[in-house]
Amino acid sequence: MKLFDTGTLAVTWGYFRESRGGLVGLAFLGLVLFAVVFADVIAPFDPTLQHRDALLLPPVWNEAGRWPYLLGTDAVGRDLLSRLIFGARYSIFIGMVVVSIAVVAGTILGLLAGYFGGWFDTAIMRLMDVILAFPSLLLALGLVAVLGPGLLNAMYAIALVMLPHFVRLTRASVMGEKNRDYVVASRVAGAGNARLMFSTILPNCMAPLIVQATLSFSNAILDAAALGFLGMGAQPPLPEWGAMLAEAREFISRAWWVVTFPGLAILLTVLSINLVGDALRDALDPRMRRS
Amino acid sequence: MSLLEVRKLSVAFQTQGGWFRAVEGVNLSLDRGEVLAIVGESGSGKSVAMLALMGLLPATARIECERLLLDGQDLLGLAPKARRRLNGGTMAMIFQEPMSSLNPCFTIGYQIDEAVRTHLGGGRKARRERVLHLLELVGIPDPPRRFDAYPHQLSGGMSQRAMIAMALAADPELLIADEPTTALDVTVQAQILELLLKLQQERDMGLILITHDMGVVAETAQHVLVQYAGQQVERQAVRGLFEQPLHPYTRALLDALPERAPPGDFLPTIPGLVPGQHDRPRGCLFAPRCGHAGALCQTQEPVWQQLESGPGWRCHFVQGDPPAPVFPAPAALQQGGEQGEQD
Amino acid sequence: MLRFILQKILLLIPTFIGITLAAFMFVRLLPGDPVTILTGERGVDPERRAAMMAQLGLDQPLPLQYLDYVGKLLQGDFGQSLATHRPVTEEFFARLPATLELALFAILIAIALGVPAGILAAVKRGRWPDHLVMGVALTGYSMPIFWWGLLLIMLFSTGLGWTPVSGRLDIINYYFEPVTGFMVIDAWLSGERGAVASALRHLLLPSIVLSTIPMAVIARQTRSAMLEVLGEDYVRTAYAKGLPTWRVILVHALRNALITVVTVIGLQIGVLMAGAVLTETIFAWPGIGKWMIEAIARRDYPAVQGGLLFIAVLVMVVNLIVDLLYGWINPRVRDGR
Repeated sequence: MKLFDTGTLAVTWGYFRESRGGLVGLAFLGLVLFAVVFADVIAPFDPTLQHRDALLLPPVWNEAGRWPYLLGTDAVGRDLLSRLIFGARYSIFIGMVVVSIAVVAGTILGLLAGYFGGWFDTAIMRLMDVILAFPSLLLALGLVAVLGPGLLNAMYAIALVMLPHFVRLTRASVMGEKNRDYVVASRVAGAGNARLMFSTILPNCMAPLIVQATLSFSNAILDAAALGFLGMGAQPPLPEWGAMLAEAREFISRAWWVVTFPGLAILLTVLSINLVGDALRDALDPRMRRS
Repeated sequence: MSLLEVRKLSVAFQTQGGWFRAVEGVNLSLDRGEVLAIVGESGSGKSVAMLALMGLLPATARIECERLLLDGQDLLGLAPKARRRLNGGTMAMIFQEPMSSLNPCFTIGYQIDEAVRTHLGGGRKARRERVLHLLELVGIPDPPRRFDAYPHQLSGGMSQRAMIAMALAADPELLIADEPTTALDVTVQAQILELLLKLQQERDMGLILITHDMGVVAETAQHVLVQYAGQQVERQAVRGLFEQPLHPYTRALLDALPERAPPGDFLPTIPGLVPGQHDRPRGCLFAPRCGHAGALCQTQEPVWQQLESGPGWRCHFVQGDPPAPVFPAPAALQQGGEQGEQD
Repeated sequence: MLRFILQKILLLIPTFIGITLAAFMFVRLLPGDPVTILTGERGVDPERRAAMMAQLGLDQPLPLQYLDYVGKLLQGDFGQSLATHRPVTEEFFARLPATLELALFAILIAIALGVPAGILAAVKRGRWPDHLVMGVALTGYSMPIFWWGLLLIMLFSTGLGWTPVSGRLDIINYYFEPVTGFMVIDAWLSGERGAVASALRHLLLPSIVLSTIPMAVIARQTRSAMLEVLGEDYVRTAYAKGLPTWRVILVHALRNALITVVTVIGLQIGVLMAGAVLTETIFAWPGIGKWMIEAIARRDYPAVQGGLLFIAVLVMVVNLIVDLLYGWINPRVRDGR
């Protein structure tokens, strides 16, 4: 099954479309992506601009709120909505970079391990077992402790923590596909190792990888936000959602909006990605398809 | 009064392509001490009809029935849940795959005891006695040891014996056996069949035996019901059926028996497959695979015909050898002549 | 069964070696050499530095250093905290009961709500209870729990005043010596009126927050395990026996579904430990998670190293227990078939 020819794509979309949750998730994700691309245009203010005359203003529908601070302002007078819109950039960017690193590195390692086997396979898989032995967020925290706090280091740490899932998945698929007729046929036809691995076997392992990548995408956003919240990820005044929550903590009894909205943004984004991931899994997994 | 009377039982399943008619208008009646065999290929709806009787079909199934009497009790008035409570009491069923039909997490003793407890009640000790007695009855050696065995520790034959013990827990009057020997080794098949018949005779039970093996039918049944694509195509006493099959399908099934095959190198087979939901013929359902089918068979569904002496069949042809059409169907006549040197 | 246990333990040895190797490398990956890290930013004169290197065995080749390190670990020596100069082992075990108490309550809540919800969803497949349960579960699974904690505090603690904001006990009204380290048990042992209630009130919100993700995972897994099991032949047999529906579902189907669910519950220990870091930070819960975060913030590397190692071993041990439990509830595995 080649995943990228139009026929398969159409079939997958056909199954995906049956999931109402998947469609809702996709729609919301589209909205977030729109905010990511056009943040400069749609955000009312610069996210770091401090309005000294508008400190801790509640949302406009509250009596004390006022235009144009739609969702209110934070303790130094920055417009919350603008920060949320720009914050989407960080979350989506983090998710994409982390998953790209994990997918590329994980797939290559998994392919090599599964294809060549032997001591190389054993070494890689033991290493992955060790990574998996640590709770992911804790290991990421430990790595950040070594590398130093910061957005980039947090991303490397999360990518490393996610690596084993992709390595295991790819390796398992390769082991399954390696001795299938079409691979043997290619080998007999004189295809080299690299060609066999990347253009013959890999396309046939894509479906589970895509599902895992989607689910990892949401995990990456959650973990990055958690690290930001703990002060180990993105640092203020970056409008990253987790870091915003960390700043908002002290206003918990005075300004519900600075606590509520950033978290809601994380929840809805992660939820919509997970909805899409679930629907994709059902659409791509032939066993899940109803006859 | 017969033990079981079923009239016009139909079962349909909701699928994405609409309703699929798995069973259509099945009639049957069974007396105490009688063995009725239901014969047909896979997909002929024989299991589905019996599962419908037991109320074991999923909620997606639509069941219709004109009359359903068990031991004089009208089952139609009962909700599926209430009907299921009769299961294991008056009527019991055993299945094709004994290994997967037993729960892997519980001991044999526990699973049989559950049936005893549900239908007979009684103290722990009395129930254990009863279970051990049942195990002995079905020929499981060393019952006290097997009582604590888990299903995976038992062979297929032993598992089926345990299933039979479970079915007999509350002395049912009707036992339905759905291909009870299909999944077993050939040597064990005969033993299980023998056991079933022995128990059936000793206890004067009614036994419905679902099978696709005509040889088994000959050895066990008094009456035979032949089913094809959800329809009943022939029903008569076993002797008559083997001596003078009325339906071409029955004849074809009999021809496939090695000991009855016409002389030659190859066993005759029935070409083609049972029609499914999407390739359902317009006329007779068997027409596409029938050696006698004529123009009429392609367009018009045959109706059920019945002789006063009992035998009934669903075919445009009348009784006879070679069969002659009720209505003129020249093509069928010609083809029918080719196949007749038997009996 | 004994062979089964030994086999499982043997399989853990390579992972254990890997974990210790990772912890060993951890300090050596840090910028600067260990002495600088141990002595802090102030620095020491070269003579003293050399003496410390020798004392710490750092003048030895790396493999020897590693063996030395593992040897010390096996004797229970996990190094000294830079901040308190007390053994890491001591610091860790002083805080472990608080985390265990929290994690235990959380997993109990998660099981108590997640398993029945999963069963309900499977039995009512495709109808509204199913959609409701799965919707809530996916939301829980997507929850940033640090925000969830803040939200609950905002609502129930600072808003309605029903639950305390932080800590493990109302320390103004109660004081007693810790005996077990489990506050609920200690409060009960103290015999002080209302102490247990106070401990439970403090425990409520943090354990709800910590239970959120495991609950969601357990509900989803229970549902899919039940759906698979409900289609099995033995379920049909149970109905054919005339058993009431509840008995078929809760005894015959559930018992088999639990085999997979128990494994999933076991895997939640890692999720709980990671979640404890966030939950303890929010609720000022004096457990390992909060201690680790503080250690990282203080650059107390021996504490971070020891803590990570302990937690990895803890996760490993719990997974081993779950594996054994798996064998115990699954007769086929028990017999080694």
